[in-house]
Amino acid sequence: MRSAIEAVVLPLLALAGALLLFGAWVAVGGVSPLEAWTLLFRGAFGDVFSWQNTLQRAAPLMLTALAVALPARAGLVVIGGEGALVLGALGCAALPYALPELGGAAGSALVLLAGALLGALWLALAGVLRQWRGVNETISSLLLGYIAIALFKHFVEGPLRDPASLNKPSTHALTESLRIGAIAGDGLLAEVHWGLVFGLVACIAAGVWLSFTAPGFALRVVGGNARTARLVGLPTDRLIVLACALGGASAGLAGAIEVAAVHTSANASVIAGLGYTGILVSFVARHNPWAIPPVALLFGGFAAAGSLLQRRLGLPDASVLVLQGFAFVLILAAEALRGRLFEVLWPRAPLVLRPVVAGAVR
Amino acid sequence: MTSHLHNRRHVIQLLGASAAGAFGLGAHAQKAMTVGFIYVGPRDDYGYNQAQAEAAAQIKKLGGVKVVEEENVPETAAVQKTMQGMIAQDGAALLFPTSFGYFDPHILAVAPKNPAVRFAHCGGLWNEAKHPKSVGSYFGYIDEAQYLNGVVAGHMTKSKKLGFVAAKPIPQVLRNINAFTLGAKSVKPDITTTVIFTGDWSMPVKEAEATNSLADQGIDVFTMHVDGPKVVVETAAKRGKMVCGYHASQARLAPNAYLTGAEWNWVTAYKTIIEAAQSGKPHPNFVRGGLKDGFVKSSPYGSMVTDAAKKNAEDVRAAMMKGSFDIFKGPMKDNTGKEVIAAGKVFKQTDVELESMNYLIEGVVGKV
Repeated sequence: MRSAIEAVVLPLLALAGALLLFGAWVAVGGVSPLEAWTLLFRGAFGDVFSWQNTLQRAAPLMLTALAVALPARAGLVVIGGEGALVLGALGCAALPYALPELGGAAGSALVLLAGALLGALWLALAGVLRQWRGVNETISSLLLGYIAIALFKHFVEGPLRDPASLNKPSTHALTESLRIGAIAGDGLLAEVHWGLVFGLVACIAAGVWLSFTAPGFALRVVGGNARTARLVGLPTDRLIVLACALGGASAGLAGAIEVAAVHTSANASVIAGLGYTGILVSFVARHNPWAIPPVALLFGGFAAAGSLLQRRLGLPDASVLVLQGFAFVLILAAEALRGRLFEVLWPRAPLVLRPVVAGAVR
Repeated sequence: MTSHLHNRRHVIQLLGASAAGAFGLGAHAQKAMTVGFIYVGPRDDYGYNQAQAEAAAQIKKLGGVKVVEEENVPETAAVQKTMQGMIAQDGAALLFPTSFGYFDPHILAVAPKNPAVRFAHCGGLWNEAKHPKSVGSYFGYIDEAQYLNGVVAGHMTKSKKLGFVAAKPIPQVLRNINAFTLGAKSVKPDITTTVIFTGDWSMPVKEAEATNSLADQGIDVFTMHVDGPKVVVETAAKRGKMVCGYHASQARLAPNAYLTGAEWNWVTAYKTIIEAAQSGKPHPNFVRGGLKDGFVKSSPYGSMVTDAAKKNAEDVRAAMMKGSFDIFKGPMKDNTGKEVIAAGKVFKQTDVELESMNYLIEGVVGKV
């Protein structure tokens, strides 16, 4: 019970602290903190449009965060989500070149699958390099990301280029029937595409898998102590590569959705750093798939609020980064209080008396 | 060219109309119109975004419009939400999404949902047959200013080797490289321009590497076509080389190395489009211009620029202002020896063939 309360209260306290610090910071710059807070809230959660804005910005982050969280549960620090994402985008845009008659919902599913598959292969490579060649996965996944971007540009600006895309090299656009639209015809979800549903479902599926299934438990054992896992006969190598592949599939899916729902073709605009933001989301969510959607929502909210803050107060874009910075530092610092929150808040007398009593009883 | 004259006549009319409006005589003076500007990078990048933001700042001073701005907006769903936000939250009636990549699919997705809002996109993508009338494009023939850069560089170079740090081998960029080289070759025909493509619009590390590597090869005058020329300008200056700027003025960064520069003067385009919106005239869909239309300009000459260089450049500028100067005219070969413009063929700046340029002319060292 206490730990559940802590899990909710600690991040909220950290956020409140970040908002207070941010208020002080803008006050120094001559802006009313009250106005800044009001705008932050209105920009992120104030009305239907703000919610659409926040949800839309949060959607890809859920998937790119999984690309970090799943390998992290197997004990790996993989930060190559951006590479898997751009390859996912490429796979999605490239499949119709091979299968030109693709169309409809089945076609959409296939192009998304192609993206997820490429992403999975890419991050699995980082896992394989680690388990069989002893290459540090953090470095290799980061560097693989650069190679992925180079490959992406090679294909988009070379063999797959739509000759009509003169000044913005792009692949041919997906046909209308392959694209993914809004979740609903009107109302809140009219301006939010299906990527949000994919993100939520993936996070829930990952949460269920890790929390309630045997392979998920095995993976957590590997992440907890790989030697123990080997000792009890778990297929450590396979599980680690699987975690990397699933993470890569999530980021690849994010890239494919970016193409199918937003850009319609693969081009350099896809390389927008969503994969890197996913790293932050995952760390703030403590690599827990259940916590990723709310954290992604928070990030989406920051971005949406930052947009309004810039327009109304003329603050530079960097001011939102300052707020995010405060939030991360405090959320991570609040971890130090985990398990001790109640003692810190309400120190009880027995705490002091314990040495005396303990000596007598034990 | 007719479209220009047409536009310019309109501008004069509109100027008159808006002057009347400013004094409360017009019907449109009751409420300040909200205009939104969206930048893909920071407003103070000494480059592409700064050029747009500087003009937006001038528009702010004009009065009669309320300006809202947002910087660092990526070319993703984020820009769609920003446009929608400017419309829904700020009541914007006219948007300037300034990055090339904002057009397709982003402006094209938002515009049909907001038929009463006008969109003015920077770049040459609007097409009358395919795109809504509430959308339009504005752009400038900055290759004219790059030609003048080339003339000055041609006079100032000692090694007769010029350097060009470019983002991508796309038509707009190739046109600048070729114009710069033609300007330099008009001074000394055996000058070469070595070009390095960094692969993307903002690659500070690669831009520095390219500049250093070109400096090592004996190049002594640089120019560039990347979003933020800061790195190239500072690196070239550090290496004791000279530099011609691009997008905005970088003179402050390297006063002792900065010869001149090709700058945008977007306020001309902005005014045309804003005044049309204020007076209820149809949205100007195709706004273009060069030096003589006030769309582009040159940075003031650095103190080291010789009088001969200045005179030569000013003579060419005068011819451009008169409309009697053509940069791209045959016969012209590319750097593989193939003829790309036949003898006797002369391209006007407005000719669309120039917008699909896919070659580097003779004298450029590099590959598309």
